[in-house]
Amino acid sequence: MKIAIASGKGGTGKTTLSTNLASYLAEKQDVVLIDLDVEEPNSGLFIHNDGVVQSHPVTIEDKFKMVPEWIEDKCTFCGICQKVCNFHAVIQLGKMIMVFPELCHGCYACSELCPTDALPMIPKKMGELKHIKTGQLNFVESRLLIGEEQAVPLISQTHKYIDEHFDAETIKIFDSPPGTSCPVIEATKDADFVILITEPTPFGFHDLKLAVETMKELKKKFGVVVNRYGIGNDDVVDYCEKENVPLLAKVPNDRRITELYSKGKLVYKEVPEMGKELDKIIAYLSTLKDGGLA
Amino acid sequence: MKEIVVISGKGGTGKTSITASFAVLGGKNVIVADCDVDAADMHLLLEPDFQDSEDFYSGELAYIKQGQCVKCGKCADVCRFDAIPIINNQYIVDPLSCEGCGYCARVCPTDAIINKDLNVGKWYISNIKTGSIMVHARLGIGADNSGKLVAKVKSEAKDIAEDEFKDYVIVDGSPGVGCPVVSSLSGASFVVLVTEPSVSGLHDLKRVYELVHKFNIKAGCIINKADINPEVCKNIEGFLQKENIVHIANLPYDEDFTKAMTNGQTIVEYSNGHLKELIAKSWKKILENVK
Repeated sequence: MKIAIASGKGGTGKTTLSTNLASYLAEKQDVVLIDLDVEEPNSGLFIHNDGVVQSHPVTIEDKFKMVPEWIEDKCTFCGICQKVCNFHAVIQLGKMIMVFPELCHGCYACSELCPTDALPMIPKKMGELKHIKTGQLNFVESRLLIGEEQAVPLISQTHKYIDEHFDAETIKIFDSPPGTSCPVIEATKDADFVILITEPTPFGFHDLKLAVETMKELKKKFGVVVNRYGIGNDDVVDYCEKENVPLLAKVPNDRRITELYSKGKLVYKEVPEMGKELDKIIAYLSTLKDGGLA
Repeated sequence: MKEIVVISGKGGTGKTSITASFAVLGGKNVIVADCDVDAADMHLLLEPDFQDSEDFYSGELAYIKQGQCVKCGKCADVCRFDAIPIINNQYIVDPLSCEGCGYCARVCPTDAIINKDLNVGKWYISNIKTGSIMVHARLGIGADNSGKLVAKVKSEAKDIAEDEFKDYVIVDGSPGVGCPVVSSLSGASFVVLVTEPSVSGLHDLKRVYELVHKFNIKAGCIINKADINPEVCKNIEGFLQKENIVHIANLPYDEDFTKAMTNGQTIVEYSNGHLKELIAKSWKKILENVK
């Protein structure tokens, strides 16, 4: 079962919820936690910090995207490559073809439509995937190289790694990137259930509505967790009731949680209220038809 | 005219609340650009009137005219994004997977595939309560090309600033280090990094600064919620010193941030105390560094 944890606004507690939920569940069963926020992956900071169970590295591998490379000797300067690239990633300047790998989407059009095979596709490193195991918790993280602009291909390759290494029944928790644009779609599109986490503030509320629209567009089953409950106002809770969006849990506004988070510590181990809220989420997930959390 | 870009790497550090406060402090002399087009929130604090709006088109989406399709499958064969599944015996383009590369249309033997311009969002020019102007946008759900929309918002804000002889454009950037952030950074005179003393805050600050450094832009840093973790706060201060980043200010953890927001106000309008003073000092320090 795949559970994605997402939010419109950043900093609402995606990583806190992902790491706590995964570690809590892993006390009793096998769980995979995957950090798909490849631009700023943080979950690992909380997993390595556990201190109790020894973690073992399973894999560290480079991830590549395919980009064209110009072979001057073969080129006839026909100009087709430049013409077929919709992303201006291949430019002909006199007797030279320039390739801009950061603009390339890897569609292969220039390479395969070149009549003289002068633009073969070659791999270019875009990031790294790391897999470690701690007790019953498998943790997989991908990290985009600084300067690489496109998160989507790395997210997609991470999904592939997960599908190849774990069976369908294993519980998988995906920490997703913030926002509502392409990286979030890529991160959540295969999920069986999406947990949207927000805070009860005007920014949180506004961005939650965008995230809800996104999930409806994707035809996803989803529920909401309110973080820092008690601060701000009632708009988020009222909205969920009115729109019939399941409200899974309310994590209290508590400075202790902020401080534990700042140290990279798991919250439920020291704040019992967090454990209670996690139990509510788990109870809800167990009622889902395709759930396997019981 | 100088361009000040505020970013944070990590979300939720208080970037937008602080940027909106600077917009109020700068008043008529500051044009505001909300470049966090994915989750734009500045309008909740600055009361824009949405005076002008325009659709934003960027990129293309393939569309198969079924009447002309001979079901040869060439389009699906060349598509690297698995965007052309067969549904009910018809080749159909999945709009969320299509990258708009146009390869399918080029290989279709019957010209059954056309590329449609893609509406990815809307952008606005608004009068705001500071007596100035804000350029802002809303990206469509799941849209690609947010970097291009960011570039559009920024270039409009700069044009307005130049036409109206304003001294500053202040840009609220998006979280992360990917395409919208790269787009916000290009052409900046000074970058303000807003961070918090948590292990994630520091981790993300280091990554986003690596990007700023690549662009060779002068940067300063505000440590928000500085008192939640004195140890990490010290580590951040050490990092700033080592990298020659201007340490603009430390702000305390203060629920006035949320209270002001809940009131639809910026902190400098809501709070009269110490916090307001610290933010005013920060703004002054930024202006000294931008000169």
